[in-house]
Amino acid sequence: MKNDYSILMGGEAGQGSRKAGLVIAKLFNKLGYRIFIYDDYQSLIRGGHNFSQIRASEKEVLSHREKIDFLLALDENTIKKHKDNLDEQGIIIFNSDRIQLSQGIGLPIEKITKELEGIPIMANTALIAGFGKIVGIDWDIIEDVLKKEIKKGIDLNLKIAKKAYQAPENQIKIEKVKQEPLPLLTGNEAIALGAIQAGLDMYFAYPMTPASGILHYLAEHQKDFNIAVSQLENEISVINTGIGAAYVGARTMVGTSGGGFALMTEALSLAAQSETPIVIIESQRPGPATGVPTYTGQGDLLFTLFAGHGDFLRFVIAPGDADECFFWAGKILNLSWKYQTPSILLIDKQISESTFCLDRNVLDKVKYEQGLLWDGKEDYKRYKDTKDGISPLAFPGQKNVISKATSYEHDEFGITVEEDEQVIKAMQDKRLRKFQKMTEEMEKMEAVKIYGNKNSDKAIIVWGSTKGPAKEVAEKLALKMIQIVIIQPFPEKQIKDALKGTQKIISIEANALGQMEKVLNCYGIKPDNRILKYDSRPFLPEEIEEELNKIL
Amino acid sequence: MKLDTYCKNTWCPGCGNFAILQALKQAVVSLEEKGIPKEDIVLTTGIGCHAKIVDYLNLNSFYSLHGRAVATAEGIKLANPDLKIITLSGDGDSYNEGISHLIYAAKRNIDITVLILDNRVFALTTGQFTATSPKGLKGRSTPEGAIEEPFNPLELMLASNATFIARGYSAKTEELKDLIIQAVEHKGFSFVEILQPCISFFNSYQFYNEKVYELKDHDFTSRDKVLKKIREWNYNGEDVKIPLGIFYKIQKPTYNDALLEKLNPSKRPKQVDFENVLDAHI
Repeated sequence: MKNDYSILMGGEAGQGSRKAGLVIAKLFNKLGYRIFIYDDYQSLIRGGHNFSQIRASEKEVLSHREKIDFLLALDENTIKKHKDNLDEQGIIIFNSDRIQLSQGIGLPIEKITKELEGIPIMANTALIAGFGKIVGIDWDIIEDVLKKEIKKGIDLNLKIAKKAYQAPENQIKIEKVKQEPLPLLTGNEAIALGAIQAGLDMYFAYPMTPASGILHYLAEHQKDFNIAVSQLENEISVINTGIGAAYVGARTMVGTSGGGFALMTEALSLAAQSETPIVIIESQRPGPATGVPTYTGQGDLLFTLFAGHGDFLRFVIAPGDADECFFWAGKILNLSWKYQTPSILLIDKQISESTFCLDRNVLDKVKYEQGLLWDGKEDYKRYKDTKDGISPLAFPGQKNVISKATSYEHDEFGITVEEDEQVIKAMQDKRLRKFQKMTEEMEKMEAVKIYGNKNSDKAIIVWGSTKGPAKEVAEKLALKMIQIVIIQPFPEKQIKDALKGTQKIISIEANALGQMEKVLNCYGIKPDNRILKYDSRPFLPEEIEEELNKIL
Repeated sequence: MKLDTYCKNTWCPGCGNFAILQALKQAVVSLEEKGIPKEDIVLTTGIGCHAKIVDYLNLNSFYSLHGRAVATAEGIKLANPDLKIITLSGDGDSYNEGISHLIYAAKRNIDITVLILDNRVFALTTGQFTATSPKGLKGRSTPEGAIEEPFNPLELMLASNATFIARGYSAKTEELKDLIIQAVEHKGFSFVEILQPCISFFNSYQFYNEKVYELKDHDFTSRDKVLKKIREWNYNGEDVKIPLGIFYKIQKPTYNDALLEKLNPSKRPKQVDFENVLDAHI
C-alpha cells in the first residue's frame, strides 16, 4: 500500500521511547498523515522492553499492523524482538553506541549527545532527527515539532537534533499529503474532553492502569476545564463520594479497571436504587485478578452487564476509537442525568492508551443536556411516581427542597418502606418504566454501526477496540462488519436488521469465553464461527485476515 | 417546615437513639436560629439502628450503604461547599466496615461533621461484637466472649489528624446538643463519638452513668495532654473514668478549600476553549 507507513520505536523503560514515538507521529501528522500509535510497556519502571508502534497513512487508520517499515532501536533488545516483522524494504535505524549490526543505519546518538553536553534522554532527540533526515522530512518541520513538544532545554535539544540531522544520508522521501493535521488524542484524553463538553463537574479516581490517563489529563487541566479532580483512598470511596457529589447536582465521573470496578459494584447498585446519575469508565485489562496489568483484553463484558445486586438496568456503551470515545463520553453523561442512572463506558487498554486522530466535527455533536428538573409547584418528592418513571430532580440547598435519597426501598418522599408491599412493588414498577424509556432511547441512537461491504452475505460482529483492525480487514475482503456500540440496553432489533441477508456470522473479540457471543445467543443470534484472542495483546489486521481466510 | 416526618419510629423503647434524635433536633433548631437555613443541612447515614434517624427527620439526607456514609458526605461537601454536612454513623458502620473513609476524611480535614453513634455492638443484626466492644463481650458470633481487644476511636482520630475530637453521651442530651453545634461550627473535620447504650444487646446505662464526667480546664490544643485524656479510658475494664466533652480542637486549612481554590465546578455554562486545547494535541 502506498503512503501507509509503520514505524516502531523501542528501548528500555525509562529511555523515553513513548514520548519519542509521539514526536515521530507528530512529524507525520504535520505532513498530513492520519495517525495511530500503539504503546506497549510492562509493569516496571526501569529496564524491560517498551515500544511505540506508529502507523501513518493517507487514510484514517485505527490500528497498528504487524509489518514494520522503519525499526528505530534505542537498545539491542528492540532489534531482537522486532526484526522478524521488518518489511523486505524496511530500514533499521539504531543507536550505534550500544548496538553493533551489519545491516541498517547506525547513528552515534549517545556520542552526539555527550559531545554537546546533553543528558542521556536527549539521545532520543538525536534519533528522531536522524530518522527525519533518512526519510526526507524537512528540518523546519522537525524544528517546529521539537519546539512544541520539548519544554525543558529546547535549545540544547535543537543543537543535538541539528547535529544528528547532518549525520546520515537521505534514503527516501516521505511525500506530503494534502490534508490538515488533526489533534492526536489517546482514548483516555478523548473521553475526558467529551465528558467536559457535556458539563462534567467532578472526577474521582484511584490510580489504576489503564484508566489513570483520564485522572492525569483531567488533573493537569483542572483549571482550564473548571472541574474538581480528586484521588481518593480506594475505589469504594471513589464511587460513593461520586454518588454523594451527584446527589447534590454535580456531574460526576469515575474511572478504573476491572479490579477497581469490582470494588465499586455494591455502590453501583446503590446508584441504581437511589437513582443517582454516575458515569463509570471501565478500562479493561486482562484478568482474572491482577492479570496482565499493562496489556489489553475484553474479558469484563459480562461483568459490566451484570454487576450489582438487585434488578436494574444500566447503560453499557463501548466506543471503538477516539471520535467515539469523545462522543459517547459526552452522551453517556447526558443519558445518566436524563435517566438518573449509573452508566458504564466500557473500553480497554487498547482504546485508553492508544493515540488516534480526532475529527474536530465531533465537538458539535456533544452538548450539555439538562435532566428533568423540579418545577417547584408541589412539595418536592425525590421519588415522585411519574408516568415515565423519571422523578424530577431538585438539590439540597435549593429553597423549600428536602431531598431524601436512599439505598433502602422507599416511598415517593424517600422514607424507608418495609411493611407496605404495594409501595415496594410500585417503586420497582416506576424504575421498570424508566428502564423501558432507556430502551426506547437506545433504539433512537446509532447503537450498532455497519462498515465494509454492506451487501455482503458474510458478516463479522465486533465491539470496542476490535473495531479498528477488523474494519480494515472487512474493507479489504469486502465483508460486512457490524460494530455493537451500545450493549445495554441491548440493541436486538438493530443487530437483527443489520444481519438481514447474511448467511455466515463470525464473532471476533479479545477474550477467552466469547462473551459477546454469549450475549448474542441470549437473543437467538448464533454466530457460525468465532475468532478469539486472549494473549493480552490487541488484534492486528493481519491476524484477523489470516483467521478469516481459514474460515471463509 | 416541621422537623419530624410521618415515619413510624421502630427503635426499641429505651434506646439511646431517642435522646440523640432529640439532641440533634435541638441542634438543628439552634443552627437555624444562627442563620443556617434548614435546606442547607444535609445528613448522611450508613446502615444500622443509628441510620433510621434520617427517616424521622424532615431534612435533606442520603441514606447510604453500610460503612460508606462518610464517603457520601465528602462528595456532597466537594460538590456544594455551602452545605453543612452531618454524617451519622455507627460503630459497626464506620469503625468496622467503613474505617478507611473515616481515617481519610480526618486526614484530609474535609469540612464535615461525623457523629458516631457508638452502642459498641452490632444491634440491627441482633448482637455481634464491634471494634469498640469490650474484650469478652458475649454475642451470637462470640458465645465464649470476644477475643479481640477494642480500639480507642478517639486515639485513632487523633493519629489520623482530625482537627476536632469530642465525646458525648446520649443520656446527657443538653451537653450533646452543644457538642453537635460546636462540631458543625468547626471549620474542618469534626468527630463526635457518642456513647449510646443498646437496651437489647449491650445495656450500659448504669455503667456510663457511674463512670462519665465532663472535661474541665482541659487544654484541647496540646496533643500530649489530649492523648493522655483520650487514654484515660480504652473501652475496656470496669474500674475506669470516662471523660466527656471536647478533647482536641485546632484550626488547619480544609481539603475542600484547597481543592476548590480558583474552581467553581458547578458554574454553568462552562467556558472551555476547546480549540486551544485541541491545538496543543497537534
